[in-house]
Amino acid sequence: MKDLLKDLNKAFENKIRLGIMSALVVNDHLDFNALKELLDVTDGNLASHLKYLEKHGYVSFKKDFINRKPNTRYYATADGREAFRRHIRAIEQLLK
Amino acid sequence: MEKERYLNDLKDIKEMMSRSSRFISLSGLSGISVGLIALAGAWAAWQSVYSNLDLTGYGKAQLSDGSLTQLLVIAGATLLLSVAFGIYFTTRETQKRNQKIWDQQTRRLLTNLAIPLLTGGILCLMLLLEGFAGLMPGLTLIFYGLALVHTSKYTIDELRSLGVLEIALGLVAIQFMPLGLLFWALGFGLLQIVYGIVIPKRYKS
Repeated sequence: MKDLLKDLNKAFENKIRLGIMSALVVNDHLDFNALKELLDVTDGNLASHLKYLEKHGYVSFKKDFINRKPNTRYYATADGREAFRRHIRAIEQLLK
Repeated sequence: MEKERYLNDLKDIKEMMSRSSRFISLSGLSGISVGLIALAGAWAAWQSVYSNLDLTGYGKAQLSDGSLTQLLVIAGATLLLSVAFGIYFTTRETQKRNQKIWDQQTRRLLTNLAIPLLTGGILCLMLLLEGFAGLMPGLTLIFYGLALVHTSKYTIDELRSLGVLEIALGLVAIQFMPLGLLFWALGFGLLQIVYGIVIPKRYKS
């Protein structure tokens, strides 16, 4: 049982962070506004959760300009994908 | 209690994965209406062009300028009506599901649909103006099918099989050219109506 639980990741216990990761692992990248629309959250809320995931090395971002407006694209890192995959597998094992 | 939470998490993950990567608000009614319009268009084309031609030779029939214009008008009207009905029913479906019609998923779907469709459309126009009217039913079916196969990964999977069927019908339509319009009616009319009825049923559960 203990073995099972070690893959459950605190970082993904939160609904919004879970949503961010789910969206990022199936998309090449998503920009800030697309994530905001998908999750239906405020700027500040989304930014703080992204920052949390970034600090854990699960999410990376690239800033550039589209029509002179700043645009931030978010990516799931290889570590992030792996951790998320383990998290899902642990949930599935737990539910068996 | 704990279990229920994780079950919900799994459901949320699945939902977010599909909502963030696919456009799922395709409406069955738009398929049915587009199919009916196609049948009407095929009937009109048959009435105005084919019925005046000698049955034994109409595969190679030379189109007069008058009937070419007529055919273009029918094709244009069919296309415009289909697009209008398609947009109308699809917008209604997204509203029903409380989703935005113009988001990243829609844009991705439309760009990927547009590239093969516009290529096919322009090629068909060039060939039609050169007098290759007989190729039109087959070629439009083939390019529509290719567009569907290509786009299916950005929306519901079933469109892939519809695309493959359209391509097959298109090839048959070119092989049996005199009957081209019949296969066109089958592909754009009947098949789309059938898919419009069947797909929503599969997604209800």
